[in-house]
Amino acid sequence: MSDLTTLETEILAAIESAETEAALEDVRVAALGKKGSLSELMKTLGGMSPEERKTMGPALNGLKAKVTDALAARKEVLTEAALEARLASESVDVTLPLRSSPLETGRIHPVSQVIDELTAIFADMGFSIAEGPDIETDELNFTALNFPEGHPAREMHDTFFFNPKENGERLLLRTHTSPVQIRTMRNQEPPIRVIIPGRTYRCDSDQTHTPMFHQVEGLVIDKGAHFGNLKWVLEEFCKAFFEVDNIKMRFRPSFFPFTEPSMEVDVQCDRSGGEVKIGEGNDWLEILGCGMVHPNVIRNCGLDPDVYQGFAWGMGIDRIAMLKYGMADLRAFFDADVRWIQHYGFRPLDLPTLFGGLSS
Amino acid sequence: MKFTLSWLKEHLETDATLEQIAEKLTMIGLEVEDVSDPAARLAPFKIARVIEAVQHPNADRLRVLKVDTGEGDPIQVVCGAPNARTGLVGVLGKPGDYVPGLDVTLSVGKIRDVESFGMMCSERELELSDEHNGIIDLPEDAPVGMSYAQWLGLDDPVIEIGLTPNRPDCTGVYGIARDLAAAGLGKLKERKAEPVRGSFPCPTKVEFAFGDTHPLCKAFGLRLVKGVKNGPSPKWMQDRLRAIGLRPINTLVDITNYMTFDQGRPLHVFDAAKVAGNLIVRRAVEGESIEGLNGKTYQLDPSICVISDNNGIESLGGILGGEHSGCTETTTDVLIESALWDENGIAATGRKLGVNTDARYRFERGVDPDFMQPGLEMATRLVLDLCGGEASELEVTGKVPDATKIIDFPYAEVKRLSGIDVSVAEINVTLKALGFWLSGSGDVVKVAAPSWRPDIEGKADLVEEVVRIIGLDRVVSTPLPRTSSISGKVLTLGQIRRNRARRSLASRGLNEAITWSFIAKATAEAFGGGKPELALANPISADLSDMRPSLLPGLLAAAQRNADRGYPDVALFEIGQIFAGDAPEDQSMAAAGIRRGTAKLQGAARHWSGSSASVDVFDAKADAEAVLAAIGAPVDKLQVFRDAPDYFHPGRSGALKLGPKNTLAVFGEIHPRTLALLDIEGPVVAFEIFPDNLPQPKGKATRSKGALDTSGLMPVRRDFAFVVKKDVSAETLLKAARGADKALITDVNLFDIYEGKGVAEDSKSIAIDVTLQPRQKTLTDEEIDAVAKKVIATVEKATGGTLRS
Repeated sequence: MSDLTTLETEILAAIESAETEAALEDVRVAALGKKGSLSELMKTLGGMSPEERKTMGPALNGLKAKVTDALAARKEVLTEAALEARLASESVDVTLPLRSSPLETGRIHPVSQVIDELTAIFADMGFSIAEGPDIETDELNFTALNFPEGHPAREMHDTFFFNPKENGERLLLRTHTSPVQIRTMRNQEPPIRVIIPGRTYRCDSDQTHTPMFHQVEGLVIDKGAHFGNLKWVLEEFCKAFFEVDNIKMRFRPSFFPFTEPSMEVDVQCDRSGGEVKIGEGNDWLEILGCGMVHPNVIRNCGLDPDVYQGFAWGMGIDRIAMLKYGMADLRAFFDADVRWIQHYGFRPLDLPTLFGGLSS
Repeated sequence: MKFTLSWLKEHLETDATLEQIAEKLTMIGLEVEDVSDPAARLAPFKIARVIEAVQHPNADRLRVLKVDTGEGDPIQVVCGAPNARTGLVGVLGKPGDYVPGLDVTLSVGKIRDVESFGMMCSERELELSDEHNGIIDLPEDAPVGMSYAQWLGLDDPVIEIGLTPNRPDCTGVYGIARDLAAAGLGKLKERKAEPVRGSFPCPTKVEFAFGDTHPLCKAFGLRLVKGVKNGPSPKWMQDRLRAIGLRPINTLVDITNYMTFDQGRPLHVFDAAKVAGNLIVRRAVEGESIEGLNGKTYQLDPSICVISDNNGIESLGGILGGEHSGCTETTTDVLIESALWDENGIAATGRKLGVNTDARYRFERGVDPDFMQPGLEMATRLVLDLCGGEASELEVTGKVPDATKIIDFPYAEVKRLSGIDVSVAEINVTLKALGFWLSGSGDVVKVAAPSWRPDIEGKADLVEEVVRIIGLDRVVSTPLPRTSSISGKVLTLGQIRRNRARRSLASRGLNEAITWSFIAKATAEAFGGGKPELALANPISADLSDMRPSLLPGLLAAAQRNADRGYPDVALFEIGQIFAGDAPEDQSMAAAGIRRGTAKLQGAARHWSGSSASVDVFDAKADAEAVLAAIGAPVDKLQVFRDAPDYFHPGRSGALKLGPKNTLAVFGEIHPRTLALLDIEGPVVAFEIFPDNLPQPKGKATRSKGALDTSGLMPVRRDFAFVVKKDVSAETLLKAARGADKALITDVNLFDIYEGKGVAEDSKSIAIDVTLQPRQKTLTDEEIDAVAKKVIATVEKATGGTLRS
């Protein structure tokens, strides 16, 4: 029996001192393998007398169980240690900076964003978006809009012309988006509610004028739309666009050949802090022109001005973008300087909606 | 249009303040652009009396003055002026006052040990004249303590209004006063233009010689005043002319300028001694020229109306007088002209010759025809009053046209257009105050516009007049009724596609740019444009001369500008119009982008996780395909062709098409020659997408996406490698593999391309894995082998290659 005790001590000591899973396996084979010390002893049980077996059997089985448990326990310790060591070796510097994702670096131009904002506001009031070509006829850009031939009002538009054709017709780059009013009225039965955003051109260039710029026009034609409605539309628009609860507006009589009566509209602003704040303060800032569509224009579109009436307004998209978002120089809009686009541009998922707010 | 407050009050009796007048002007459509008060900067300078002047103890040329300022104790001032003396009444500036002529703000000073608490000023120091021989020396009785500017009468604010082209009646102060009076700001004073009885017939006759051409002059009034004495005009007239920026010349000329601004009635005066024979009003003959009063010479042609005599051309009718017959200080006999010119003729001549005069400004907008003759009478009266002389009878050639228009005016029109309730009485009062005639009773009356309002055409104009005068603030904001309770889709397919393209390009890291619609001709030509009908006749510069055939030139130039600023790795896009011709249908929308340097999708430049390589054709292809997918192109039907436009690298570019004719997008590296032409450094890759070429989506009966069809059986993957000739495209091989068994093969993935050792010089190896998706039952080895054999056979047949062993 003392042999067994010695054996037990030896095996358990070997298990404890095994430092790797491989060494532990060696110990297991040396004890419990086919030729293992304990296995060899178990084989001797068969040749023993029943009395010897009665004592040796439980003793050997007990030892085997003890050894098996010790092996399992040791194995768990070693596995745990190995995992710890692996994890330690796998550690990285998670403070390393990432590349910025394309979603973070891409930008939408402020003009596109503002057109989306205008669309969101006016779509809610039942307006759709009309468009027309940049290259226009004199008839649509001027004559049909009640600009008489040779009238000084034509000269207020510094017009880009193309060379005259053989038939004498001379095309031009539209000086305003108003020709689309004519195209719309000639192609669509009233009631009409459209806004017309687009590029316009005048040969003029300084800090506040560029030879190309963007305008948006609105047109409402039906059998009852009057100036009170126009006032309401513009007030609602200004509140929604500038995202203020209240805004004071001032309508001043003015002149445009295609509207009668014609008005210019000022909004309340504050210029005291070096930048213009809309909707507060005591100053006025002119932002748009408007009026009741001139009977001659309605007539020029094949409609009876005693039956149909309506209003139109127009303003600079670049200009209202500058007012809302604080750009100082119009020329930068068309320079494609990535620093400017990154600063003033909008993120790809900044979709202006009325339910989520126009700007965040 | 400029005028002074006192000038306005000459015609308008009013108690209104300057602020009230300015506010009202703006609110009735005569927008005030500026109000300036020349007295404001001289405001601190007051009249003061020298009560004692003694010699300065330490300086021979200086005196020490005791000055009575009209309030408080006298102050001590050291003064060097030779005329500084006891009893002098002059003008004092005190510490803190800014002296404009010296550009100095005064402070208490010590001059040779004597303290000085102010300065007695000269006219030059106050910028009133060049006089600097001594300090200002006023009459004894000038009130001490009063503002000097006020005493001088300088405190007459100048008001400048921005006049809209429809209001010729307000090109004269009188017309402005009339508008203000109608708006309730005072009472219009009566204007006196009684005829002057002539004592002899006008010896110079006027003849119209337009032959059978359109007459450029409608009527012409002329009168001689003989025995005048011309010289400087009176101070009040000079002050007013100077205040609005005109230079007084001599009385006769000043009278014409005064009438122009006072009554909106331009006139011309000829020195009768320099006029030979009668005045002929006619079209100029090609080759004639005139030297104008402004010192410039103009070449004339038959579109231009002139006044000539036996000496030749004397005047550009209605625009500019000639130097030859102008009035000078020596003029003794003067011919005064008041004429009515053809508005379009004046405008055309002014444009052609580039002359802007106060006369042109008024005649092209349309002066009051009925005031032609009274204006001449008024001017004659001024000449007689200021220069003396004897007037002839007034001769009129031609006929003042009757411009009276009668408008049927339903009172209800005011409410219909403006939405405001205005009583008939108020409408009547307003229109009458503006000079309109009303007749009749009932709902519709007849209204005649006054002769000075050529802009009034119809009833809408009358509504404007009423609303403008009673005040636009009376308009009540009224909601526009909703057309439907929930607003529907308002964008067109094209607009929706552009919006999606924009957001998807931005989400791929590109920055949206907006570049000019016009580019340089050479650039336009390099991108397939430059047609003569797309060249501007009057470009703003040679760089912006031709409508763009493509968005790429603008983006490429922008990329280079950014590189020059130190940002070489940029990714830009634009969505905008391109022009293939000048008809509306030749204009289409494109979405284009460029990537420069290392601006790849995953990021640009160096990075610890792996530095970006230069952009290549596949970056551009990826952008193009991503956008096409986003805007709803049938991506699985797209074919890649090699025929991109020739501004792309021929071997590194392609076109994405639906069939051989319909190009949806092109992409590639920009051709090195194109880069050189535009002076752009590469590498740059680019793509252009043509959303308008996409097919219209088919209308669907239902929004349902249908049932999901999946198989519970595991897919099986098999790898193949083929050796094919180098010029065999991947597309050919993939298409063949996909087609080998359309029922079972769901995907073919190309995972390796190899050229080099082990593969013949002229060949390459392409490795693919093919996914088989069993539907009914698991595939047996035999079935899989059979499909594999089909794949090999089909690919070998289509590509001429072999399975790599």
